[in-house]
Amino acid sequence: MTPRGRIGAWLAMIAIVAGGALAADPPPAAPSPALEARLKNLETELRCLVCQNQTLADSNADLAGDLRREVRELALAGRNDAEIRDYLVARYGDFVLYDPPLKRTTWLLWFGPFVLLVGGGIVWWQVLQRRQRASASAPTHDAAAEARARALLEDEPPASSPARDATARTAPRRKR
Amino acid sequence: MTGSSTKLLRWSIPLAVFVVLLAFLWVGLGRDPREVPSPLIGKPAPAFQLVQLHDPGKTLATSDLKGKVWLLNVWASWCVSCRVEHPLLLQLARTNVVPVYGLDYKDKADDALAWLAQHGNPYTASIVDSDGKVGIDYGVYGVPETFLIDKAGVVRYKQIGPLTVEALQQKILPLVRQLQQ
Repeated sequence: MTPRGRIGAWLAMIAIVAGGALAADPPPAAPSPALEARLKNLETELRCLVCQNQTLADSNADLAGDLRREVRELALAGRNDAEIRDYLVARYGDFVLYDPPLKRTTWLLWFGPFVLLVGGGIVWWQVLQRRQRASASAPTHDAAAEARARALLEDEPPASSPARDATARTAPRRKR
Repeated sequence: MTGSSTKLLRWSIPLAVFVVLLAFLWVGLGRDPREVPSPLIGKPAPAFQLVQLHDPGKTLATSDLKGKVWLLNVWASWCVSCRVEHPLLLQLARTNVVPVYGLDYKDKADDALAWLAQHGNPYTASIVDSDGKVGIDYGVYGVPETFLIDKAGVVRYKQIGPLTVEALQQKILPLVRQLQQ
């Protein structure tokens, strides 16, 4: 083979390999990076119905692939994001959106946590108020209690306790 | 406020909250999160015109079925749970109560024909949705699924997953009878 022939063969081989690679991985229909970014963004807002805790962008499910293709086709046909979202909601319901819309049936979902927070706050405030009132009205000094505490601290058992201790000790023995 | 009524309140409010919470959790426990309610119920069934599986020269369109109550069963030869409901579909087809049309979803025609030859064919006709586009229009996300469509072409019921005896007897067949009148 002449050198020129060899170079020609190499070029042909490179062309074949490159062509094969192109055929195996077809270039996206929309090479514009802006559209790619927009699609990526949209796909992360949409739920895959098959593996429900994944977005369309993350999911490897067959249906997710189909829906990504569908979203791409709609975007290429000039539909805006809201129209694409509506298209999917019409078929799969609000569940397909990761961000549920605010409407009458979702009021509880959106406002429930705040209602609970405010309710909890009110209860907490009332408990605090009651405690404050109780501590304000309660006697701050109890002489009898202090005497008992002092007796305990000095390790001097109160007069009635030895008798009680004795019965406590004999009781299990009697049981046997 | 008297002492006894505050005491009662102190017990009854947390108890009521607890009971409500328990009720929510109990109901939630019995629900299948995979069953996403279809927004198509009460809306016109998405129109299609597709090639018939057994007769690729002919098509079937939703407009051909106007005036009839019919079931659309989404199936595929690769679908494992379709085998679970298949005996029921065969039984239903034998009663001739309601025609069942099959939507062969994302399947190869050869595989589908072989599958029906092996397991029996309950369908009045099967139509081919090889790229799953009609499936998307119907909000299909887990095969099998079954739609009940009335004379005016409105979707009245959707069964997600295999048909069951209970679903047929308690929901689908009574609804079919009511819609056929």
